[in-house]
Amino acid sequence: MTNGWTDIRNADVVLAMGGNPAENHPVGFRFVMDAKRHRGATLVSVDPRFNRTAAVADRFVQIRAGSDIAFLGGLINHALSNHRYHEEYVRLFTNATFLVSETYSFDDTQGVFSGWDGERRAYTDRSGWAYELDGQGHARVDPTMQHPRCVLQSMKAFYARYTPEMVSRICGCTPDAFTQAAELITSTGTPDRVGTIVYALGWTHHSVAVQLIHAAAMLQLLLGNIGRPGGGLNALRGHANIQGGTDCGMAYHNLPGYIAIPKADHPTLDAFLRAVTPRATRPESMNFWSNTDRFAVSQFKAYYGAAATAANQFGYDWHPKLPQLAEGGYENWSWAYIFDHMLAGAMEGFFSFGMNPVSNGPHSAKATAALAKLQWLVVAENFEQETAVFWREDIAALAGLKPEEIPTEVFMLPAANFAEKDGCFVNSARWIQWKWKAVDPPGEALPDQEIIGRLFLKIRELYEREGGVAPEPVRHLDWWYTHPSSPSLEEVCRELNGWALREVRDADGAVILRPGQQLASFLHLQADGSTLSGNWLYIGMYTDAGNLTKRRSAADPSGLGRHPEWAFSWPANRRVMYNRASADGSGRPWDPSRPAIAWDGQRWVGDVPDYRADSAPAASLGAFIMLPEGVARLFVPGQLAEGPWTEHYEPQESPVANPLHPQRSANPVARPFTTPFDVLGSAEEYPIVCTTYRLTEHFHYWTKHNPYTMQLQPEFFVEIPEDLAAEQGIANADMVRVTSARGSIEGRAMVTRRIKSMQIAGRKVYQIGVPIHWGFVGRGAQRGSLANLLTHTVVDPNSYTPEYKAFLVKLEKV
Amino acid sequence: MQPTRRQFLEAAILGGAATSVLGFDLAEAQAQVPELKIARTTETRSTCPYCSVSCGVIIHTLGGGSRNVKASVVHVEGDADHPINQGTLCPKGITLAHTIVNDRRLKRVMYRAPGASAWEERSWDFAIDRIARLMKDTRDRTLRRTDGRGRTINALTSVGVIGGCTDANEVNYLLVKAFRAGLGVIPIEQQARI
Repeated sequence: MTNGWTDIRNADVVLAMGGNPAENHPVGFRFVMDAKRHRGATLVSVDPRFNRTAAVADRFVQIRAGSDIAFLGGLINHALSNHRYHEEYVRLFTNATFLVSETYSFDDTQGVFSGWDGERRAYTDRSGWAYELDGQGHARVDPTMQHPRCVLQSMKAFYARYTPEMVSRICGCTPDAFTQAAELITSTGTPDRVGTIVYALGWTHHSVAVQLIHAAAMLQLLLGNIGRPGGGLNALRGHANIQGGTDCGMAYHNLPGYIAIPKADHPTLDAFLRAVTPRATRPESMNFWSNTDRFAVSQFKAYYGAAATAANQFGYDWHPKLPQLAEGGYENWSWAYIFDHMLAGAMEGFFSFGMNPVSNGPHSAKATAALAKLQWLVVAENFEQETAVFWREDIAALAGLKPEEIPTEVFMLPAANFAEKDGCFVNSARWIQWKWKAVDPPGEALPDQEIIGRLFLKIRELYEREGGVAPEPVRHLDWWYTHPSSPSLEEVCRELNGWALREVRDADGAVILRPGQQLASFLHLQADGSTLSGNWLYIGMYTDAGNLTKRRSAADPSGLGRHPEWAFSWPANRRVMYNRASADGSGRPWDPSRPAIAWDGQRWVGDVPDYRADSAPAASLGAFIMLPEGVARLFVPGQLAEGPWTEHYEPQESPVANPLHPQRSANPVARPFTTPFDVLGSAEEYPIVCTTYRLTEHFHYWTKHNPYTMQLQPEFFVEIPEDLAAEQGIANADMVRVTSARGSIEGRAMVTRRIKSMQIAGRKVYQIGVPIHWGFVGRGAQRGSLANLLTHTVVDPNSYTPEYKAFLVKLEKV
Repeated sequence: MQPTRRQFLEAAILGGAATSVLGFDLAEAQAQVPELKIARTTETRSTCPYCSVSCGVIIHTLGGGSRNVKASVVHVEGDADHPINQGTLCPKGITLAHTIVNDRRLKRVMYRAPGASAWEERSWDFAIDRIARLMKDTRDRTLRRTDGRGRTINALTSVGVIGGCTDANEVNYLLVKAFRAGLGVIPIEQQARI
């Protein structure tokens, strides 16, 4: 979230789309209801189903699953063509003024941008997706935004195709329903009104996920809603510490703190730093990532301790590099690719700490077949689950295997749960909150830090005793903890924040850090090895004042729900990101009743400024200090796989050809895998659109072990529109079978008016919905109804997320 | 007069007003407030492990004050001081005690041998020794020290690590530190992508 849960109460309009917070984030949703009750805010819900959020919304629009970009493109067109956008904000804080390269173009009959190679079916030249540069390498700008090649004019031309009629053909809502919702949503394009967007996995589980979020970001920037209390673009996220895991480098492509992983063609630390440090594209831009050398070197010091020296590039050689592909680019080891490599026999061993890929990954049958290719598998868990017992007769059968044909050694390790260990969770509002241990784990279960500690020490002991290949990183890893076999999470928390290893002085010779002093500011980090920090992003959470993630003052001096002394919010305890954009060019809040920060003549006051605290507005460093432009990107130069603007592409499995350009229907850059498991179904054989979702009574695949939540929602069901049920002779509570090209599941029919059939591109289309939460292992009626037996493995080409939210099935009565 | 079960229940509901059925006055018993099950518990502040709202919870435990007695969880409630949930919880959060104390919790190390169709109970020492051996052998055999062009990459792609979304930051960081920076594992992922 750019903002936070408690900030939603400051909104005038809430757009809930790509998420169903009343169901899935019910306690956070209180702040939406707060905004409605106390500010008279308007809630607009846009979703394939009339869901629990829609039930309390002021306006609901039903759209086809997978058509969100068309709806957002329509909103952008509505804002631009009716001048319902915040012009001064757009001029000051976005790249709307930048000139686009002369070689950029878009072919609207073919649905591709410049640089498309029709024979190779790939973009081979992205050089046109760029700004026009001056002699210094800075982008040219036109502050009047009238130049035909400026970003604003390019955007107007691009989105002019997204008329209410086109939105209606793609999404299935009427043009009027769209326009009425658009009037409400774009009513916040003024200084005195603010709107927020709350979304979740309903937007990210698509083969066009990142461009979908890009579209929403463009809309919020046009309306001047980013950086303001009550505004923002708020990813609600799905799990207790998915934010923390992402922050801490639990992804193949990132180190902690979102530093790109070193690659094979970065042979030295210098080459790596040159490759990952952006250069400013405007002369005044602060370009905060220019400090990447300090972040990275301090992280290597945290990894390799005293063994990391300037002479050995701080241990850079020891750290793994992402291999390159012969044909260019790098190897992909994201989730879906891991299981594809595993199925191909390229992996021997696998550790799963609290994860259940047979259930939670795409295409359960493919995941099961892949696991059967491993020599060994380690699962650390609270409860027995599908992945740990993938070799069981009924689960192995999904992949056409028998237990005796599966050579994998499997270890199921009993692990402590949240209440049985301490440490921090980071919520979607970026609040890093400490939790205390309440009780010991049951039986012989151990906390994860002890499992990791004991394993690592045993492996290191084997290297010490026997030698082995590349023992240096194993030997030199700084495992400094007081109890090495079970590191104290308090100590690890201190390391994540970091401290000074030597005395550090500023340019004037004044001491700014004593040896051993915990770091309190990003810019105290050094690139010469005199500081250590596991994750620069968390600096300030554990200073010499103590562990600030434990703070528990609910005080709210601003009255805007910032709670600055409750725990710690990254970065720098800032509660609203990009908050410089909440004030105008002279530093006055756009809306004085909802200030985030304001310039008092000397400093920025209010929230922790997302800006240099003492830099006067006239210096115009740019409100988006993390970007080399200093301003937010509407047009995204060269970074996203599909192009600089968001275009609607159909889901990989769709009931219709793309009404914008039928020849180029789906995302041209998404690439299906090629194993026999990776099949897509046609609309002729599988005519019904299916979407997956969660229920408020369950959490993912965990609560099927809880006797109370299983009483609340005892068994899997299929949500079916009334007219489809009538057509197929299905009555409420009948057993039905849902089948995709990958597999089938059975469950009870829930015949409902919450989903209606729709007219899409001139034909009648049905949608059904299936909840996740059930599977093979748990209490009660577990009939093997894993929703992911239906889903396919095609992923978004930027984020590599699978398309759980829109695919094709057929339905029959059992 | 022998009251029927129904009359007894009605009497209990009506309290002191229905003395005639039972022949004695219930008023005194009604006035005595039963001791709450959390009256003598230890309260520990924690965070709900489910969605990303991160509601504050108070975990109530009993026992554990003396030797050989383990504390056990008797109740979990919303933390009224927490600025987000202000004491409230959803249906999942309110039943957390039954996720913590649950007869299906794993309590022993289980091992499945190649080709087997059942678990065997094993010790932690067995598991740690065996997994460490498998990991080292796999790493020594398959670590990609250099790539096709002779550049040092020290990349281990034959072993993957996926981490849980209820692992604390510190556990995630320990996984990254030990497995990526120490052992060279490239395929490290978590729930965020799926």
